[in-house]
Parts: sequence; C-alpha cells; structure tokens
Amino acid sequence: MSVLVDSDTRVVVQGITGGEGKFHAEQMMEYGTNIVAGAVPGKGGQEVAGVPVYDTVHEAAREEDADASVVFVPPAFAGDAVFEALDAPLDLVVAITEGIPTQDMAKVNKRLSEVDTRLIGPNCPGIITPGESKLGILPGNIFESGDVGLVSRSGTLTYQVVDNLTSRGIGQTTAIGIGGDPIIGTDFTDALELFENDPDTKAVVMCGEIGGEDEEEAARFIAENMDTPVAGFIAGRTAPPGKRMGHAGAIVSGSGTGTAESKIEALNDAGVPVGDTPNEVADHIEDFL
Amino acid sequence: MDNDRLKSGELLVTLGPSAGLRFELADRLFLRVGPSGSNARCSATTDRLYAPNDDKVQDDSSSGRRSRPPRRRPRRVWRQFPPRVPGSAFTDSDTTNSRTREVSSESRMRLHEYQAKRVFADAGIPTPDATLASSVDEVVEAAEEIGYPVAVKAQVHVGGRGKAGGIKLAESADEAEEAAEDIIGMDLKGYHVERVLVEEAVNFKNELYVGVTMDRGEGKPVAMVSTKGGVDIESVAEETPDAIAREHIDPAFGMHPYQARKAVYDAGVPRELASDVASVLQTMYQLWDDRDASEVEINPLMVTEDDEIIAADAVMNIDDDALFRQQELAEMEEEAFEDDLERKAGEYGFDYVRLSGNVGIIGNGAGLVMTTLDLVDYYGGEPANFLDIGGGAKAERVANALDMVFSDENVDAVVFNIFGGITRGDEVAKGINSALEQFDEIPKPVVVRLAGTNAAEGREILNDELVTVEETLEDAVQRTVEYSEEEAQ
Repeated sequence: MSVLVDSDTRVVVQGITGGEGKFHAEQMMEYGTNIVAGAVPGKGGQEVAGVPVYDTVHEAAREEDADASVVFVPPAFAGDAVFEALDAPLDLVVAITEGIPTQDMAKVNKRLSEVDTRLIGPNCPGIITPGESKLGILPGNIFESGDVGLVSRSGTLTYQVVDNLTSRGIGQTTAIGIGGDPIIGTDFTDALELFENDPDTKAVVMCGEIGGEDEEEAARFIAENMDTPVAGFIAGRTAPPGKRMGHAGAIVSGSGTGTAESKIEALNDAGVPVGDTPNEVADHIEDFL
Repeated sequence: MDNDRLKSGELLVTLGPSAGLRFELADRLFLRVGPSGSNARCSATTDRLYAPNDDKVQDDSSSGRRSRPPRRRPRRVWRQFPPRVPGSAFTDSDTTNSRTREVSSESRMRLHEYQAKRVFADAGIPTPDATLASSVDEVVEAAEEIGYPVAVKAQVHVGGRGKAGGIKLAESADEAEEAAEDIIGMDLKGYHVERVLVEEAVNFKNELYVGVTMDRGEGKPVAMVSTKGGVDIESVAEETPDAIAREHIDPAFGMHPYQARKAVYDAGVPRELASDVASVLQTMYQLWDDRDASEVEINPLMVTEDDEIIAADAVMNIDDDALFRQQELAEMEEEAFEDDLERKAGEYGFDYVRLSGNVGIIGNGAGLVMTTLDLVDYYGGEPANFLDIGGGAKAERVANALDMVFSDENVDAVVFNIFGGITRGDEVAKGINSALEQFDEIPKPVVVRLAGTNAAEGREILNDELVTVEETLEDAVQRTVEYSEEEAQ
C-alpha cells in the first residue's frame, strides 16, 4: 500500500517537451506511472511520449482528469509552474527542479498554506510507491514493495538506504524525497504523519542532514505523536561549520544548532535509533519488523 | 550596477567591527556634519561623474577642514580609484547573527561592504562618505579629501576584520599612510587584501542593528531590529534573544509600514529616532525583495550625537539561484576562492569543499557524498574534500573530478561512490578509465563503488588494473582508508 500516490494517480508532466521532462516521462511510464498529459505553454496540441500536451495545466487537468503533476520546468519559471498546478487545482505537485529562487519558494509556501494541494520538493528526486507509481527521477529498479516508509532530504542517500533495505528483503510502502532546499513543501513532520496514519507502514526510515532544525522538529513530533517505530540517519557529521555541502540547506551554523550532533541527540531523545552507517539503519529497521 | 557612479554627498563615519575598538574610538572621534545638497566632489579619476564646481573641495583646499552645518542628513560620496580587481574569498561576514548565518552561506553571492553600501546609498539609506582605494597614495589622497579622522577598512569577505588588523583609524596623513601600508597586501585570515575603503569617522552615542533575512523555519522573511547593535549581535541573539525585535513578513504582501514601526518600537528604539529607523528598515525590506537578497543587514546603524542615523557597515548577500534576474548585482560578483583547488572546482562547476584529511572523496548527490565523508571518518580515515559531481555526469565531468582530487597533494587515496539515478554507471566508468589511462602510473590508489542505473555495465567497463572495485559502500570506504594509511607511511 502507499501514501499519496498509487496506480490510480493521474499525472501531468509539466515541462514534458524538455529533455529531462521527456526522458523521465518515459521512464515513469515504463515504471507504470499513469501519465495522462503534458503541460507546456505554447506546445499544446503536440504529443510527447504518447500523451497529449496542453498549453495550460488547467486544460490538462480538465481534459484528462489529472490529479497530480511532476514539474520539470527550468528554475526561472518553476515557481510559476507550481502556482499554476496549485490553481488548477491538483491534489499533489512534485517539483523536481533544482535552483528555484528562495523568494519564489517563499511565495509558493505562502500560497500552500491557503490551498489543499500538497507539494513535494523542490530540488527533490520525487516520490515512489514501489510496483505502482513513481513521480520523479528515482531509479525504480532498486525499490521493492513492502512495509517500510522512507523520507529523506537527499536523493542519492535515499537510493543508498533503499538498497540496504531491499538487498535484505525489506520492501517499502512509499519513499518520499522531500528535497534539500531551505524552503520545501512537504517536510519531515508532514511525511511522518502520513506514514503514521498508513496502516501498511510498519516502520519508517528518516534520512536527515546538517542544516536547519527540521530534524529536531520531527523528533518532537515522533515523541509526541507516533506509534510506528522510526530509525534515522543524519548525513554531514564531518562537515565543517560555515561550509555549504551541496544542498542549499546543508550548512551548519556556528552556534551549535543544525549540527549532526544536535539532530542525532534530538532523535535519540525521541527514542529513534540513528545508524552510524546506512547499513546500520537497515539493522534497526530489521529489528522493528 | 555602474561601479563608477558616485553620489553626491558628505559626511561620516567610523567603524570598527570590533566593539573594543569602537569603544576606544568613541572617546576620540568627533562628529562633523557636512553641507549636503547637490554639490559633489571630483577627483582626477572620477571627474566625468561629477559637476566640477564643488564647494567642498574649495573648502578643503583653503582650510584643510570642512565647515559643516550640523543636523543635516548625511549624504554619500562614492568614488572608486582603481578598476575592479578580483578580490578575496567568502567567509563569515562581520555581522551576521546566528539566525542569518544559517542562511548566509557559500551558496550566496556576497557583496563587499563598499558594494553593499553603494546599493544602500542608492536606495536612500544614509551611508558614510567613503572612497575605495588600492594603493597607499590613493588612501592618503582619499583621506585628505574626506578629512581626518578616517577609518581604513580592508575589503575582504572575512569576519572580525577589526580584531585581525584589517581596520585602522587614521587621524593624519602619516597615520593614513601607515594604515594603508599595513592593510593593503596583508594576509587577512588567508585572504589577500587588495583594496580598502577609506571612510570618514564620526562620534556616535549608540549602535543599532537592523536586518532582513529569510526565516527558513517559517518559510517567511523576517525583519529584525535591536538597540544592541555592534559586532556582538551574535551573542545578543543567543543570550538575550528578546533584545532583538522580529517581525515576520508575508512575502505575498510585503512589509506594511506598521510592521516596520512595530519592530522599531518593540526593540525600544527611542521615539525621536523611530521614524528614521523604520524608514531604513522599510527600505531594506524593499531591497531584500527587489534584489533577491538572502540577507541585508546594517550593523551597526550608528546614532550620532545629533540623532542622525548612518549605516556604518553593510551586508548584502544575494540568492545565487536568482542571479539570472539580478544582472546588475551579478556583474558585481568578484570571484573569490580560498585556494587554487577551489578555483579549479569553480571552473569545473563542482560543489567542492576542501578539508584537511588525506582521503579524496568523489560522489554524486550531496547527501550521499556527505555520507561517504562520514563513513571515511567512521572507519578511521580523514576526508580530504567534499566533491559532488552532481546528477547525470558524463565521462568528461568524471575525469575532471579525478583531476581535481589528484591535484590535492594531501590526497593519498581516492574513493568514488556513485549511486546512479540519472547518473549512468557506464558513463562514470568511461570517465574513470579515460582519466586514469593518461597516467603511466596511477598517482594514488582509486577505489570505485558503482550502484544504481547501468552499474553492471559500468563494472564491465572499468579497467581492473587501474582501480579497485568494491560492491558495497562500506567495503569501498574501508578499502580506501586502508590504502590511505599505507600510502601515508
């Protein structure tokens, strides 16, 4: 089973005529994702990857009864593309685009508080319910259907941990890459709540990293609201303060907040075991099941 | 932005990012207020920018000291002697508090103090009379024109410039010369000082802090005001957070005037200054919004004996991701790297951070590369770098990454950790082969771990005589750490 997406999810690909959009639309369809349309201003009437392209998301949603979109729109236009999907309205928007200006995301964030749409990302690998549907760029072949939910700020770290799980026969309900930017739609707490409420998710992996205080907040949520066991991993223990490690969010302040230590401590205090290696995370999950 | 464009103006300041220095200066400095209005000064290099009939220049020549009516709002003079020179590097600025520091980072384009002040001045925020100079002669000439005392301030992106000797006060031509000789060309925390700002020094009775930044927890901009300005704003933020008034702004509506007033009154700014400070804050929010800033700060915003306010320092960092629509600011960027390797990484377009260890690390995706670093540490090794080749890397990019890491003489062994989603294992393998085949002898042992998309094809392609292939992340890291220990001996 799953959260947020399944084989019934009807997906629009925003930016389907671009190189990335087309390639990943095909990949998603190959995986089984029910892609029903593309949306690209000025390209309405074409057909890409076997699906009709519309000029607007509104039209795509209306004509094809879509309820979700994946955004492969370049950064300068991606904020607007997300607004368009929120206005259509769709139930779920997954923004893959990296490098959206922070102030655009602040405005999107404001709008999100006023609508029912859920945003995942931006700057994320997407979401996958193994065997059913993937919205994004995750390599489908490493996932397997099962009992474990996964939420992560990092794409490739997600793959690594999933590989550790799958290789010992532990499948996943849904994996959500929430993205490494400072302002994102769905955060750890949101994702944990979804997994807590999903009867099929028996345990959850949470992969965090240095920077921000989202992991600390998630730890509080777990302590207060979760019965489903959670195991964690925090990347960036060796990161020097003041340096940015790739992700915009992955910078440690000099004052002791946002460090790997503070996050690990908060998670441990909430009863969440944190693995020293991705393999150890899988050990903890194995213990839970 | 036209760097050569100067504004007319007069007056101002001192500075010293070290509170100790400032306290000391406070006893010695005095305020002089200049005639404002449309007059401007000219200099040999900037006369095309100025009306030549400058009464202040005449004043200077006759008395050596300008007579200035008090209680006028200070104006600004911007002059730049030298052409822009590629400058130094990015580190913490003088004046970021703990919250803003979180968002300010290597990913943000930083304006130098002189650039930020120019932007502020153009927006109507009072800033000091100041001149950019890159030689001793230029400093003395500028100081003579401005009138003593002046502060000579290194223009590098280094925190704590004052304490490190990068800011000096001069009360005479001799002292200006001495300060210039000390500072220009000095090594300030690893960065070469090529230019200084020569700035008028004033007495002040108070220092405020004003700033706008993004509160990432809230996903909203936040405006901040404090009457406890000065370099120790960071400890103020930590020890007495209530001393900083904060007002979150709805990014869809912008800052309402009442919000600026509220922040100012909440901070306890004296009523006679409130209107001016609120106006500065409103202007700063507008700049933050219009210019895609990640932060704008004035610390300190000095209050003179005559209740004038003036921006004695200026911080403006811009969201890199928004530079495509901030062309004027993008042109002000001065490439700055800590060392040759970081410069090289910039050219190759890698996310790269140099560290102090001897295990070179290359991977795809920030989280996975950080994890690889952590595992190297976990297994007893010391990471030499963070290097993320990003998604979808082709063979050439992979070869560049190897070239980078081999260029670091501290590196004794290299681990390649690729988990392909977009990135294809066969492309990575081709890149590794082509990079290594150039050598008669491989400089350092290379361990490769390929997983994900086309990993099997990649492992087929990899030349086993050139690299050690491991199946799991743990095995790859442990093997690399072993190699690094052997090589180090």
